Amino acid sequence: MVSAVQRAWDVLEGIPDPEIPVVSIRELGILREINERDGALEVVITPTYSGCPAMGQIEEDVRAALAANDLQAAVVTRLAPAWTTDWITDEAKQKLRAFGISPPHAAAEADVVRFARPAASVATAVTCPHCGSANTTEISHFSSTACKALYKCLDCLEPFDYFKPY
Amino acid sequence: MDAARQDGPETAPLDYLLHLADNALVLGQRNAEWCGHGPVLEEDIAMANTSLDLIGQARLLYQHAATLSGSGTTEDSLAYFRDAGQFRNYTLMELPHHGPLAGTAAADRDYATTIARNFLYSALMRLVWASLQDSKDAQLAAIAAKSLKETRYHLRHARDWLVRLGDGTAESHSRMQAALDHLMPYTQEFWTVSPAEAAAASSGTGVDTRSVREAWDREVAAALDEATLHRPQPGGYVPRGKEGVHSEHLSYVLAEMQGLARQHPGALW
Repeated sequence: MVSAVQRAWDVLEGIPDPEIPVVSIRELGILREINERDGALEVVITPTYSGCPAMGQIEEDVRAALAANDLQAAVVTRLAPAWTTDWITDEAKQKLRAFGISPPHAAAEADVVRFARPAASVATAVTCPHCGSANTTEISHFSSTACKALYKCLDCLEPFDYFKPY
Repeated sequence: MDAARQDGPETAPLDYLLHLADNALVLGQRNAEWCGHGPVLEEDIAMANTSLDLIGQARLLYQHAATLSGSGTTEDSLAYFRDAGQFRNYTLMELPHHGPLAGTAAADRDYATTIARNFLYSALMRLVWASLQDSKDAQLAAIAAKSLKETRYHLRHARDWLVRLGDGTAESHSRMQAALDHLMPYTQEFWTVSPAEAAAASSGTGVDTRSVREAWDREVAAALDEATLHRPQPGGYVPRGKEGVHSEHLSYVLAEMQGLARQHPGALW
């Protein structure tokens, strides 16, 4: 007999992110917990950016998936601890790269306030998801969504998105 | 309500939450004026995204304030159905994107003014949000931890352009300097203490901004130095927007922002 919590995980963990459908909301760290309290299910999600317009869609997708599978659950939005790109799984980072988005570095590096001059080392360089080159430059601090910046590869000359550490 | 609150967890004074929320909302609304009109496409997107973050922060704060207020208050009633005198934002947030003009005369938007304001404000809020992570109001602490991440990036963006324009051409330098000369006096309001701020600081839910003044001064001095700009002498009128005493500009911002919600209450689209 599969528990209700496990059934909810099975139903919810595959829900894709509305903006970046190659990764799921679990892989991005948005779907945090599923708990059972006194026979009632509680699904905990956390917002990425404060103003991310996809959050409403994600909550709707979660509710729709629960309803379609006859699961009664309260959907709770929790702010703390604050979402961080460090929660994105390694597997999801590989999927992002294959999708053409350079995955984020560790969030601790985001504390650097100075505008990035050419990367100090290959380890901290934003590498091109198309050709792997570390010889890249930032074109725009913001890109197709609030969570990404726009870069260009100076070797293969392709532009690409970089998922910013948060 | 008050009796119930005494038994519950510590919460920040309502006016203090509204001060933080109104700053974010009014600046978010101002920055969004660039949407579709940015000087270059990348900056158009940057301002729209910055606004998205600021309005998101404002929503979280209004939701928190609405929960504390009870009696049918919602994030929308706070954003759309309060008048200028009830807004608690710094006067700096509501000024138009151009230099001082007589009365309500208008001019073209000036990106140097936009950058100077975003720099001065995000340099402050990086320090304020960092302190508020330790607020005794747990929900405010959670909002601060998220907002800090976003504010760091806004500061990076604004600081970069401050240096680029300040240390740029003769034209960009003089416009950046003029924007600073215009806006810097308004930052005097950062360092006065309103009754709401005093109450928040003494209850451990808020921060006394005077405690971050030195760090702010250092950040500003280093950036201005790199940008080859000089810091205008402080002085003149000390604004009191956070106590509800605003410039004539806020009403125009609110008229545009609130018009639809007031004309069609409860409208959905």
